[in-house]
Amino acid sequence: MKGKNIWAWVILLIGFVYFFLPLFATFEFSMRMIKDRYTFEAYRQAFADPRFYLNFGFSFAWSLLTILVSLLLVVPTAYWVHWRMRKARPWVEFVTLMPFVVPAVVLVFGMSRLYGGGLKLFGMPILVLTSTPILLVAGYVILSLPYMYRAVDTGLRAIDVRTLTEAALSLGAGWRVILLQVIFPNLRTAILSGVFLTFAIVMGEFTFASLLAWPAFGPYMEEIGAMRAYTPQALSLVSFLLTWGSIGLLQWVGRGTGQEQIAGAH
Amino acid sequence: MGPVKEAHTTQPNGGAPKARPRLNAILDWLALVPFFLFALMFLVLPSISIFFRSFEAVDGSFTFENIIAIFTVRDFVNAYKSSLSISLITAIGGAVFGFLLAYAVVLGGLPRALRTFMVTFSGVASNFAGVPLAFAFIATMGNAGLVTRWIEGITGVDIHAQGFSIYTITGLSIVYMYFQFPLMVLIMAPALDGLRREWREACENLGGTSWHYWRYVAFPILLPSLLGTTILLFGNAFGAYATAYAFSGSFINLVPILIGAQMQGDVLFNPGLGNALALGMIIIMGVSMLGYISMQRRAARWTR
Repeated sequence: MKGKNIWAWVILLIGFVYFFLPLFATFEFSMRMIKDRYTFEAYRQAFADPRFYLNFGFSFAWSLLTILVSLLLVVPTAYWVHWRMRKARPWVEFVTLMPFVVPAVVLVFGMSRLYGGGLKLFGMPILVLTSTPILLVAGYVILSLPYMYRAVDTGLRAIDVRTLTEAALSLGAGWRVILLQVIFPNLRTAILSGVFLTFAIVMGEFTFASLLAWPAFGPYMEEIGAMRAYTPQALSLVSFLLTWGSIGLLQWVGRGTGQEQIAGAH
Repeated sequence: MGPVKEAHTTQPNGGAPKARPRLNAILDWLALVPFFLFALMFLVLPSISIFFRSFEAVDGSFTFENIIAIFTVRDFVNAYKSSLSISLITAIGGAVFGFLLAYAVVLGGLPRALRTFMVTFSGVASNFAGVPLAFAFIATMGNAGLVTRWIEGITGVDIHAQGFSIYTITGLSIVYMYFQFPLMVLIMAPALDGLRREWREACENLGGTSWHYWRYVAFPILLPSLLGTTILLFGNAFGAYATAYAFSGSFINLVPILIGAQMQGDVLFNPGLGNALALGMIIIMGVSMLGYISMQRRAARWTR
């Protein structure tokens, strides 16, 4: 067993180096703004830029909107599939897997070509989509759909939806009460998992925001990266801490519930 | 409005689904309309429009030329070759190393805390991608990167002065590996946990060695999840745009980079070509997804 152990430690060490060397290098690099000295100057400059807060705020707003739309769309649908529409399950699951088949860059390309001139009905524009962030938020909802759906679905599997709903109905509860006071509290962990994951995905997203030309943290970082040295690395670490924070919260919230999460948008 | 009066006489047992009147069945489907309508508008229709526009010439007439161009124009062929090779390299590399790491933390006899840490960190790393990841690796192995300076300090050789560049397929592969192998760890750790002790004991009781166990029991059981996850990693790299764009701009000619450029300013001077490129991506991703789903089905047989 001893030999096996050493081997495992070696693999682990390589893993550690791969994980932490780039992070350490980023940190070291971000401190080198002033020659021959390690300072936090790059961070001071990064945080002194008002556009940092503006773009960060925009990303925050996009992620809140995405989470809201996603919850309104996914929770009732997933609940309904569990309670009454078992036969619709393959269709719903097919839709939630489709974002894996259509990469973000392809989806945004298709969307912008299709809705570039607004949504028209009989030649009359009924919805102007490119001057409103509808396409952006819709795209984010689609991007995070597999994760949000999977999280909520796992949560619903863990509770007995049928019994809970029937018990509530037989006690005379209305649908609002059932959803808000019976189902929702039981799904709190699952929903929070979906929310944190969606938040992590949207906060750092670049493809949609950049190609649809909306202000966001991702394109801002890229722009700073093209203009300056050192500050982009400071921003990278901020972004990393953000991801670490949301995934950390996610795993803390979902501990012991068997909620697994996999991969975001690249 | 005949059947409506039934709707309010909900029985304490919830009412048997088969006895429900037709109107309720329609209402049941109606409840799913928002979801499917949203998916139709923002997922299905954009994809279908890409399909149709791939066959559209500049003047709007029907043509096969865009599709033919994908297979004949050198830039497009090269873009597909680059995208496919970077996805293959990082999928296989990520799968092998991710599996070894998952094995080390689950079955390698390491302290439990290390395992929890590694799995948590894999969750973070697999989500840490795009612009910040590209910057992190520029700080690591770029012209003034930490590793570059270390190598220079130790050997006196400036690797970048020797005509070496990290802004190549190899360089980008190293970057992609950062989110590739953690995904493998995330999926394989539970799968390795699922290997029952009884299986190993049964093998040993029958006189099998550790090699026999892995060759004839554990590996065949894990193979579908291994292959399935490798396919997932392939798609993960194939569709990546932000990381490649922020890392190397348009230095590396990848399909997503071409599509992005086409979108920002019709660089191909023909909208149909952009659609044909995108269609090619959807087809490749679709085929790999089918492979993934069939592998998932096989893997599920053993997890009951």
